Amino acid sequence: MGKKSQGWEPKVIAFLCNWCSYAAADLAGVKRLKYPQNVRIVRVPCIGSVSPYFILYALRQGADAVIVSGCAPGDCHYRSGNLYARRRFQLFKNLFNFMGMEEDRLHFAWISAAEAELFVKTMQEVTDRARTLGPLTYLKKSRP
Amino acid sequence: MPTEAIRSIATKALEEKRVDLVIGFTPGTSPLTTQPALIEESSATGKLIWNDFCVSNPAKHLLRRDKKIGIIANGCTLRSIVVFIVENQIKREDVYIIGVPCQGMLDRHKIKALAGKKKIKDIRTESDKVILSGDAFTKEYPRRELLRQSCLYCRHKNPVIYDILVGELTDEDKKTADQDIEVLEAQSAEERSEYFRTLFAQCKLCYACRNACPVCYCPTCFTDRTDPKWFDKPPASGDAFTFHLLRAMHCAGRCTDCGACESACPVGIPITKLTRKLNKDIRTLYNFEAGLSIETPSPLSVYDLEDPQDFILTEELKKKAKTSAS
Repeated sequence: MGKKSQGWEPKVIAFLCNWCSYAAADLAGVKRLKYPQNVRIVRVPCIGSVSPYFILYALRQGADAVIVSGCAPGDCHYRSGNLYARRRFQLFKNLFNFMGMEEDRLHFAWISAAEAELFVKTMQEVTDRARTLGPLTYLKKSRP
Repeated sequence: MPTEAIRSIATKALEEKRVDLVIGFTPGTSPLTTQPALIEESSATGKLIWNDFCVSNPAKHLLRRDKKIGIIANGCTLRSIVVFIVENQIKREDVYIIGVPCQGMLDRHKIKALAGKKKIKDIRTESDKVILSGDAFTKEYPRRELLRQSCLYCRHKNPVIYDILVGELTDEDKKTADQDIEVLEAQSAEERSEYFRTLFAQCKLCYACRNACPVCYCPTCFTDRTDPKWFDKPPASGDAFTFHLLRAMHCAGRCTDCGACESACPVGIPITKLTRKLNKDIRTLYNFEAGLSIETPSPLSVYDLEDPQDFILTEELKKKAKTSAS
């Protein structure tokens, strides 16, 4: 991995909520399921706490794709954090795409604590799509 | 022009001690501009004017003042005031609103581009026409052509709440669509990317748009934070993109499309394309427009269980698995 264009691998940052999606990642580990090593997990209390700032910060620091995953509607540990987040991310994703960024740089998902297979599948999908897109250079900061 | 009416209302309000301060507009230091005027003495109300260049949003000056304030406000300024009331920044009883129905403001960048090297000495408006004149030239333009983008697609020209109205309410086109946004949406991602990258390449990150924006009232803006430090000087390629994206997101559901940001931009970047895109989405997805009622909360501070969620990747994957199975 790294700067060599031939062996280039995408960096994917995953913001996972503590109660559902992070537990799904944990379960995937327990079940010995393999998911791409490109994914770096950031555990957050609830995806309602994920600001668009975090996402752009990750992209500016060199991530090629970002996925934010939390509990499905109705399952939120804090009852409604994911529902607030849904509105925020819908608008954010629309605007992000409107400004000409590739759709597949930014993903949102509902993964419950039991869905280890879905977690693996989603991470695989995100990584594959990021790999097809190639590195994200436009947003990357020149100085960290 | 309702200048005379505004002056007499302001004088009366100050003399009757109904307000301690009147916020309005006064001619700017350069042509085709105005600047906000804060008037405390009834003898000084002669400074107040109302013309086609009252583009900055005076609602910004209502904040953090312990006074009873009279404000001269057209449709969009008024909606910003409503947003402040909804967000508990000011109280309705602390403002005395002098509502002005608006015919749209003119874009000084457009006028300057039309005049080229010629100097404009006078601008007159006659119903639907704008007449520019200077040394040895006079030219007529349809008013619509010179309007600012926000005014061109304006849906709320009349004040929504007011204490006193200047002139008469005007006709509104509630169905106006943001045509320029629709054109952009129809383009491919590459075309849009090219378009916005060219625009943002001109941005110097002077933050004039943020300073002009009424809803950008955070005590410390994210741009001024040092940790994380978002932007470098001189700006690199992604800096302007990040700044405008985050600023627009910050205004989501609160922007009344007053166009103050765009008018403040020294290089004339059409920044409202982003905020209007957001407004359009909020209108279609959540059936909401900012600043129309002091009872309705911001769309991002509430939710609906049935909100659309087609953008969620797992929903897409599940749908795909279903169709391939059947």
